[in-house]
This record gives sequence, C-alpha cells and structure tokens, in this order.
Amino acid sequence: MSTVPEDLRYSKEHEWVRADGDVATIGITHFAQEQLGDVVFVELPEKGSTVRQFSSLGVVESVKAASDIYAPLSGEVIERNVKVIEKPELVNTEPYGNGWMVKVRLADKGELNQLLSPSDYRSHIGETAGAGGD
Amino acid sequence: MKRIRTQVVPDDGVETAVPALEPLLIEIHEKGRAGRHVRGGDDAARAIPAEFARKAPLALPELTEPQVVRHFTHLAQMNYAVDTGMYPLGSCTMKYNPKVNDRVASLPGFADIHPTQPDDTVQGALALLFELERLLAKVTGMDAVTLMPAAGAQAEFTAILMFKAYHAKRGEGAKRRRVIVPDTAHGTNPASAAMCGYEVTTVKSDAHGNIDLAALKTALGDDVVGLMLTNPNTLGLFEERLREVCEAVHAVGGLVYGDGANMNALLGIARPGDLGFDCIHINVHKTFSTPHGAGGPGAGPLCVKTALEPYLPKPRIVRDAEGAYHRDTSGTDRWRGPGLGESIGQIRTFQGNFGVLVRAYTYMRTLGEEGLAEASNDAILAANYLLAQLRDSYEVAFDRPCMHEFVLSASRQKKQGASALDIAKALIDEGFHPPTVYFPLVVSEALMIEPTETEPRETLDAFAAAMIRIADRVKTDPASVKAAPQHAPLARLDEVSAARYPKLKWQRPT
Amino acid sequence: MNNNPYSPHTDADRAAMLKRVGIKSVDELLTAIPKDALRPKLGLPAGLSEIEIQQHLESLATKNRTASSGPFFLGGPVQRRYIPAAVPVLALRGEFLTAYTPYQPEVSQGTLQAMFEYQSLMSELLLMDVVNSSMYEGGSAVAEAAFMAVRATGHKKVVIASDVYYQFRRTLKAYARGPELEIVEVPTAELPSQADGAACLIVQHPDAFGGLVDVRPIVAAAHAVGALAIQVIEPHASALLEPPGALGVDIAVGEGQPLGIPMSYGGPYLGILACRVELVRQMPGRIVGETHDARGTRGFVNTLQTREQHIRREKATSNICTNEAIAAITASVYLALMGPQGLRAAASLSVSRAHELARRLAAVPGCSVAMSGTFLDRFALRAPIGGFDLRWKLLREANIIAGDATLDHYPGRDDLILQCTELTTEADMGALEVAMTRVLADAREKVALR
Repeated sequence: MSTVPEDLRYSKEHEWVRADGDVATIGITHFAQEQLGDVVFVELPEKGSTVRQFSSLGVVESVKAASDIYAPLSGEVIERNVKVIEKPELVNTEPYGNGWMVKVRLADKGELNQLLSPSDYRSHIGETAGAGGD
Repeated sequence: MKRIRTQVVPDDGVETAVPALEPLLIEIHEKGRAGRHVRGGDDAARAIPAEFARKAPLALPELTEPQVVRHFTHLAQMNYAVDTGMYPLGSCTMKYNPKVNDRVASLPGFADIHPTQPDDTVQGALALLFELERLLAKVTGMDAVTLMPAAGAQAEFTAILMFKAYHAKRGEGAKRRRVIVPDTAHGTNPASAAMCGYEVTTVKSDAHGNIDLAALKTALGDDVVGLMLTNPNTLGLFEERLREVCEAVHAVGGLVYGDGANMNALLGIARPGDLGFDCIHINVHKTFSTPHGAGGPGAGPLCVKTALEPYLPKPRIVRDAEGAYHRDTSGTDRWRGPGLGESIGQIRTFQGNFGVLVRAYTYMRTLGEEGLAEASNDAILAANYLLAQLRDSYEVAFDRPCMHEFVLSASRQKKQGASALDIAKALIDEGFHPPTVYFPLVVSEALMIEPTETEPRETLDAFAAAMIRIADRVKTDPASVKAAPQHAPLARLDEVSAARYPKLKWQRPT
Repeated sequence: MNNNPYSPHTDADRAAMLKRVGIKSVDELLTAIPKDALRPKLGLPAGLSEIEIQQHLESLATKNRTASSGPFFLGGPVQRRYIPAAVPVLALRGEFLTAYTPYQPEVSQGTLQAMFEYQSLMSELLLMDVVNSSMYEGGSAVAEAAFMAVRATGHKKVVIASDVYYQFRRTLKAYARGPELEIVEVPTAELPSQADGAACLIVQHPDAFGGLVDVRPIVAAAHAVGALAIQVIEPHASALLEPPGALGVDIAVGEGQPLGIPMSYGGPYLGILACRVELVRQMPGRIVGETHDARGTRGFVNTLQTREQHIRREKATSNICTNEAIAAITASVYLALMGPQGLRAAASLSVSRAHELARRLAAVPGCSVAMSGTFLDRFALRAPIGGFDLRWKLLREANIIAGDATLDHYPGRDDLILQCTELTTEADMGALEVAMTRVLADAREKVALR
C-alpha cells in the first residue's frame, strides 16, 4: 500500500481527500500519523456542523501532543467515523482506509483544485522530511 | 524490588493473575476486616429519613491497620524523592526540604486552628502571615502581597484577573483583549490568560535566548492587557534588555506580570520590582523549600506594586492601630473592614495554604538575608559548574553564562540514535531522576537542568559523570540507552494504552 | 562562609567550582543585570539557628487558641475530625512528601498507585465514574466544575443555590470574572425555575446549614433543558446519604479536608472533583490510569495529559499544574484505615451529637432550631441576639468557639451554624448549653433594665 495513494488529493497540513461527486472523505496522511506517533484520541465535529477550508475541524491526539486537523475543503459534515473514536489506532494502521475521519458535502467543488496532487504532496513532505521532530 | 502475583478481575469477568509491585487496597480487602479507630453512632440511622438514606453499597475495602501500614510503606519505598536523591529538574528548584519546617507546621497551635475562628483567637497565625507578606515584599521589591493562591498557576490567574480589573477601571476593559507571552513561556501562562477570556499572542525568542524586542514591539498595541514574562527565563538566561522590554509594554499602557518560578536565581541578586515588573508570583515549593508533595500542595503568593494593590483578593491581613491583626472583609469577625472595594473578590476559600506558608516563613527566617543571598549565589555557581562539565558532550542551547539553570539539546545524540527521552530513562539507571525534557519548546530535544544550592559537589560531579557516560553509550550502543530503565521498579510504561482505553479506578470484586 | 545551613558548599567547594567555570567570582556571570539593581540590600532579619527558629514559631503558635482546647462547634466545609495516628506517619513519609510530580512513572509508582487508590476510593464513596487526583480546595473545584459545564453546553449562565457554602459561592464569582459568566444565586427550591439557558444547576446536599435536600428534581430540571447537574458533597455525609452517582448528578465537587487532613487555618486542603465518564476529557487536573510496563508488570501513569496546560497551553481545560497530591494520599490512607465501618461510625456519631445538641439548645429559653426540614450533623440556631454578638459572648465568657455566624453570608438569616463531629464530647455540649442559657438570660436582663 503506497504511503501517498494516487487516487487522492492532499493539503499542505497533511490531510487527504477522496472526492466522490459532491461528497469528500477526509483523513490524515501516513506521513502525519508517523509524525504524531501512536494516536490515542480523535476529536471530530458533530454531524450537521459546517467546516471552513483551512480552519480546524478537530483534533488528533498522541500521548504528548495534540494537533489540529484542518479542513482541506468547506462544507457540511454528513458523517463522522465513530470507528476511529472507538479505536484510535486505526489512524496509525489504516490512515487511508478505516482511519478516515469525516465525510463532507462540498460547498464549492472548485476548492478541490487548490489541493496538492500526489506528486506535489510527495515533494512537500520530501522538503520537510529532514526537519527533525519526534 | 520483589514482584508478587496478584489476582485481578479484568472487564470481561475472567480472573487472571497479573504481576504487580504491590496489590491494590481492594485486592488485600476481606469482608470483616476492620480497625477500631472510631466506633458508635448506631442510633443515627433513625434520624435520616428513608428517602435520603444511602441504599447504594459503600464498597470501600475492609482492612486492618497492620495491612494498611505495610501497604503504604511499600508504596513509599517505590518512590524517588529529594530525601533519596538529586532532582536536576529545570524550573522546579528541587532543593532540600528542612524537617524543622515540617515540625513547626504540625504544632497544634498551627494545625488545630479552624480558618473561620474569630481573629482574636488566632493572633499568632495572623502575625505570621502578616510578617511573611512583608518578607516577600522585601525580597521581590514590591509593595503589597496576597498569600491566598494555592499554586503558581492560581497566582497567574489572580494577577490576570487583577489586570482585567485595572484596565476596566480605566475604561479600557473592552479594548484590551490580548496577553503576550514569549515562546519559552511555561504552559500555565497562556492557560491562565485563556481562563480570563483573553487571546494569547506568542513572541519568539532571539538568537541570544532573549525575548525578541523588535518582535515584541511589533506585537504590542493599545489592545494589549500585558506581558507575562519569566526572568531569568526558562532557558535559564537573564533577559538582557529587560528594562526596555518592560518600558515597551508600559508605553502602550500594558502591565508586566512576572512569573517567579525562577526566583531562586534572584534572592539578594536582583529584585523584580527594580527591573520593571508590576507584579510577580512566588512558588514557595520551589524557591522557599516547601516540599513538592508528589505534585502538591504548594502556594503561590502574589506580590504587586501599589498601583495594583486595590485589586488584590480579599480577605487581606491588616494590623490595626493597637497592633492587633485582622482579616479585612472576611465577614467572620466583629471587626469590620472597609468592604470589598475594588478587590477582585475571593479567588479560593479562606486565606491560603497556611500549613505550607508556615514552612516558607520558617525557611526565610532560618536563612535570613545573608543565607538567602548565599542560596542564590551557590545555585548560580552550581549550575555554571555543571554546564562547564557538560558542554563538550551535549549541544548548549545558548552559549552564554546561565543563571541557576541551563538548557542542553540532545540533538547530536538524536542523530546518533537516542533521544532526550532515552537519555532521561538511562539516567534513572544511573541513580538520578531525569532533568526536565522537551521544555522549553524552542529547543529541540531539550534537557533543562537545575541543580539547586543544596547538592554537594560530589553529587554534582557524579551527575555530570553519569551524563557523560550516557553520551558515550549513545555513540557506541544507542540501543542499550533506548532500553532504559532496566534498574527501576518498573521498565517503561505503556502510556498509549493508558490514554486510548483509560482505566481510572479499580474493578470491584464480584 | 556558611550562612545557609542547608547548603553543603564550603569555601573550598566554591573555589573549586569557580576555577572549573574559569571565573574569579559569580559577579562575572551577572553582567546582564543592570548595575543599579545588582545585589540590593533586602532589609530582612538575620538568620536563626534551628533552636531559635523552633522557639520563635512556638511562641507564635501559643498565641492561637486551638480547637481542642475548649468546646468547639465551627464546621463546614472545613471540619475538626479525628485523625488516626497512622495517617500522618504514612502520608507524610519523606518518600511521598519530598517527591516530585510523577512525570517519570518508573520511579514514582508509590505516588501513582496511592493516587489511583484515592480515585478508586472516592469513586466508590460518591458512586461517580471518574475522580481526578485533586483540585486546590472545594471553592476552586466548584468553579472548575462550572467551567466544565460551560464548555460542555456552550451556555454562559451558571445557577447556584444560595444554600451552598458562601466561601464556595464567592470563589465561583471571582473565577467567573475571567470568562465573564453570569452567576445567578437563588434559594435551593428555586433552582429548577432557573434552568432555562443555564450551563448547570449547582446544589449542595447536605446544605450549608446541614439540611437535607432532595436533589432528584433539580437533576431532572437540569437535564430537561440540556444543562448539567452539579452537586456539592461532603465525604462523611456520603457514607450515610444516597451518593451523587445514584442521583444522576453529572459532576460532584466538595472539600475533602475532613478525610484526615488537619484544619491548618486555611489549607492545604483537598478539592474533590468527580464526573460521569462522558465528561472525562473536559475534566481539569491530573488523572492517574492503570497500565503495564514493557515486562508486563502492572503500573500506573498520569494519563489523558492532552487536557492539561503543559501540552494544550491556552486550549487546556484549566491552568492547574501543582495540585494537592499529599492531601489526596492522606485521604487514601484515612479511608483505608477507617474503612466503611469507621467512616459510617464517624459520620453517625456526628449526626447523633448534632441532634442531641439541637434538642438541648431548643430547650434553652430564647433559642430555636432554625431548620425547616431534617438536618444531618450541623444546624442553624436562632437566638434573640445576633449571631456575631452571641458567638463573641460565648467565647469571652466561656471560651467556647460556637460556630459560624450567617449574617452577610446567607441572605435574610442571622443565625449560628453549629457543627458536631465524632470529636464533640458530652462536656462540650453541656458547656454550651450552660453558657447559652446564661448569655441569653443576661441579655434579657439588660433589655428589662432599660
């Protein structure tokens, strides 16, 4: 399984998007979960709430850190993944599969074009990969 | 440390034997075991109407005293403590806790008095508090003191509430919404500002380890409540342009809050009141030797300049013309003070952690002016002595003389295969408690070291030797460092499962 | 020179350290300090030897009238209770008292297990899912519970009964100045009518006067509008009364000092904070959890740390760092020694004594027990002279510390609140009865003479 799947788009803040019509599934990337270490808790927005592109939609926590999850796109949350709340380790083991976080009905499909392609994202993390951190 | 096998009942009801250092109280419980510390009162049940009486089980463990004594003695023996060894923890000032302080705090005249007793009946206690306020004001160069806060963080919250009242009095309450902190600030600083409803602006430090003055000036505006500053800062460095920093804040009408966690560097060396601070809190469980108590209690007196005095919490301790002491506006006495006035009110019950404050007072009177100045002098010297021994083996975060503490970076070791965390755990095997790690946030792989003035030179040398040995081991065999600790009561604990699936109390046996 | 009796450094040590650093004096390290501010004269008294400091502190201590040196009826939230001999021997051992916060769990299992046991014991006593390992004292615990409710509901109105201890209400009001919450104080019976738009309803049971309160309708009223129900509790009372967890309460708070901690004129005390498991991530303060080490041995750690200031900073649930760990350990030792029988006995004796005292004082001409319902181990006493004057006279004339005067603290009442505990003796009660009779007779005489 590739750590940067080809069928997804990416944000600079290490979220991924799988677009299907006007519904987008959002999660955090393999790189992000590796940087975080073991995920212990995920805080997600309620169904029906609105998210705005580049604002925080939730928090993913490791033992010693809490990182905001930034919405790569704007829209209405139509589903949140309760599996990841019950078993936070899914974010580490299946970041692109069962570790997904929310499904959003897009407000503006044009925002998809502002996201990074897989190769752009690979360069992005290639640039930052040497910058230490735990 | 002997391992013993213990029966525990996990969630699915299956009995499994789990190795443990010491059973839990519920695991040495047996129905029918009891002491006889207090007996009687059987007729009381009649007085309680049935609808209020407890029907739920009272499933406290039933034990006898010999078991309880052994249990807690075993637990105590698993702990590292100042009484057993050195804690080089930066910004914690783990100095020796004098036993005479404990003894006087437990004198019945101090321990067996109730906080709402009439003032006439507690003149000795009030005199002690009054005098302690004066001593702290002199040490800090401030004008007025409250001894109420139960900890440094509560003092911070109190001070920011006072700042809020100060600005509101000047009609600027709505305008001033931001508190500034440096990026080296202790986490309680922004947390306290947030509890007061303020936004937090973080200003970076410069290449010399000072708050960046230019960046500060850019961040300042007339919407600023004030600046929260630790000095020396959490890098152990005295702010080189401190007066300019304070002047810049005052120029926009803001106030400067001093976080006094590092006061052990300044006793008789410099007074925050002379340097531009409008107020400063003290951690008596750091600078003034009261025991850390495994996490508390401490106390956080707040010392302020006259301009802030009206907003101090009440009750205040006052002395009348006849030399009698009172609590002003506690409403517990026939003597009536002038009322709440502009005070922010009562930020905790009663007048403070008296049992802790007695210890601080005793320490200050024991050392006196010369002893306190000598303490800071020795603390600064001891820190620089350690720094001189360690600077070749570890990266030094900022190459300047330090005050009472200094920060190393284990970034070199990280590249060689072991992190600051691994080094900390390896120090446990060397018989030392680790220093503060990963703080302040501006230094990667930070190790913050503060020896204090009460460690003998041979202990300092042994600590330095241990740190150097570990650095050598990281070069040749980093895996052995990553496997530490091997000689502590426990090896590394699984904090991930503890956070994912929290078990926050024992299971009651079925 | 050795002016600091706790520093082991001799002049030879200092010389060696200076040499290693490569300086002649510490002053060379202090160049960042403005010259005019360097090495000020502080004006403090000179230091004392241990014998001198002991004598000085003893002379201050003897100027205080201890609770046990005469009849004593002051109470809640801080109470004079019997402390078993083994409590300070265990809880104040140097390995607990001089230990640091257990951030390195491998060498802090004593602290961590004792705290886990405290959490478990309190959880059983209150029947609440989660108990944290301490807040500063009861007042700030109430305030932090209100803050939890505000975070959980998004409402900024906090409703609190005026029968809650005045010290707790005052602390809540001071804390509320931070986030600018609206604090509404009403008599307990009116709490349900204020539930609309509230983050929480805060009730105390037993209340400040010792009165028993039916908490259930208040819980129902809160839940009906999505607000939280917060109960202020007392540990000994919880042994006899239906606990908050059985009443549907969301957050239970209180003062834990009666659990083996000396009264010490204001602190240190023990803030109890307990909640339903759904609220645990909103809870402030440290929490200890069970886990195991790399070899599979059971162990304990501080957990859910991402709630706290050292990780979340301005987004933390609270700024609390230093807590009251030793007080929590003391409570563990106390509860372990007393057990359910001892705790019930202490609580029951308190109730019997209070009821006996009330019966006797009600018979004193002029006195009445000012309680509308049943009370537990304290009660309000009404007399023809005001509470402050009455207690002053009882102190002056009979060396009796009578109780808290309610004027200014509880709206519309000028009573004395008299607390009994397992330490209240027959002699204490007799002395109060005699002195009360005489004081009130004198007062009647003075009125008659005018």
